[in-house]
Amino acid sequence: MKKGVMRPGHVQIRVLDMDEAVKHYKDLLGLIEMDRDDQGRVYLKAWTEVDKFSVVLREADEPGMDFMGFKCLSEEVVDQLRGELAAFGCEIEDVPEDELKDCGRRVRFIAPTGHSFEIYATKKQTGKWGVGNHNPEAWPRGLEGMKATRFDHCLLYGPNLDETLNLFRDVLGFDLAEQVMAPDGKRVAQFLTVSTKAHDIAFIHHEEPGKFHHASFFLETWQDVLKAADLLSMTDTSIDIGPTRHGLTHGQTIYFFDPSGNRNEVFAGGDYHYPDHEPVTWDAEELGKAIFYHDRALNERFMTVLT
Amino acid sequence: MGESYQITEQCSGQRFPCKAGQSVLKAMEQQGLECVPVGCRGGGCGLCKVTVREGDYECGKMSRVHAPPEALAQGEVLACRIYPLSDLIIECRPRQSAAGHANEYTTTKAMR
Ligand code: FES
Ligand SMILES: [Fe+2]
Repeated sequence: MKKGVMRPGHVQIRVLDMDEAVKHYKDLLGLIEMDRDDQGRVYLKAWTEVDKFSVVLREADEPGMDFMGFKCLSEEVVDQLRGELAAFGCEIEDVPEDELKDCGRRVRFIAPTGHSFEIYATKKQTGKWGVGNHNPEAWPRGLEGMKATRFDHCLLYGPNLDETLNLFRDVLGFDLAEQVMAPDGKRVAQFLTVSTKAHDIAFIHHEEPGKFHHASFFLETWQDVLKAADLLSMTDTSIDIGPTRHGLTHGQTIYFFDPSGNRNEVFAGGDYHYPDHEPVTWDAEELGKAIFYHDRALNERFMTVLT
Repeated sequence: MGESYQITEQCSGQRFPCKAGQSVLKAMEQQGLECVPVGCRGGGCGLCKVTVREGDYECGKMSRVHAPPEALAQGEVLACRIYPLSDLIIECRPRQSAAGHANEYTTTKAMR
């Protein structure tokens, strides 16, 4: 049942070298730089997003994800969910307004997988970049690189998937859209949605908590995915795999790495989910096909290369 | 253009050339060799960890968890982020667990 959480709103990613990272996320992915703060963090967004930013880069000596934030309908929802998160047993931190520039207060909590998440309701809206919302044109001129249209989801690795599903489903109102089940009945992957997208957040079982697999950005078409691959070769950027299709969600995809070794995905298409849909189930024996539908085998990097 | 150095990986005995300014891992990949595992190629994941036994090199930025200062001082580095200044002898110890546990639930074979 929906609880007032709307969508993935932002992700803060640690990078080893800010200049290289900004070049990657701006010039190659096609995000737009929106701001910087006195900590040196850089704020970016994809052009269709109405809020001011969705990707925050922070320079650090270890790459990975600091946190992912979900935007809620109202401050009342945030208050309500804060209470429910505490009752669930989550460690909670109240992050004051403007800790992220032009963002309201956030309620941060640690999921049983070890990842930090946040809910918030207020962020400055600057509108879609380069097009208004009154008789708007189809797309803005002057976009760079892959012209990513939105920050879409993250895939994260960590333990305690069952408790994490309970948290996201029962407290935050996500649905289980897709899952991978081991022969012993253990769920080893779960794709959760709070919208009609095939996933807004996904988890794969992994002993080490808090690991980051990828942040994903949406493109319109398969042709755009192919051109993204062209750009990766033109810029000699590290490709993981693709272009190919996922079995899970059936999205058309390519995986690659930012200059600090954080994995990115751009993808197009994919399935949809409504709350009355049964979850889609893949058997773990078919994990290769579930992840890479054409190769029907995992590359070892998929399971081991994390930040 | 520029100098080229000889890289020798001790465990496999494989040798390959590496241009000045080129990362050791990239030079290995260009020769189609696999004596060092390839991950992110960005100093972030730690998969390409090697020990340099002999020779001089420069380091790019590496994740501190995979290449802490103490380890760097011992020549334990990430091959995707070292650039040779002389011929190098490196050693890449075969990893124990990674492949096994990666494939714990994976029996699907490529069918083509
Ligand atoms: S390949 Fe990831 S650290 Fe070198
Ligand atoms: Fe993804």
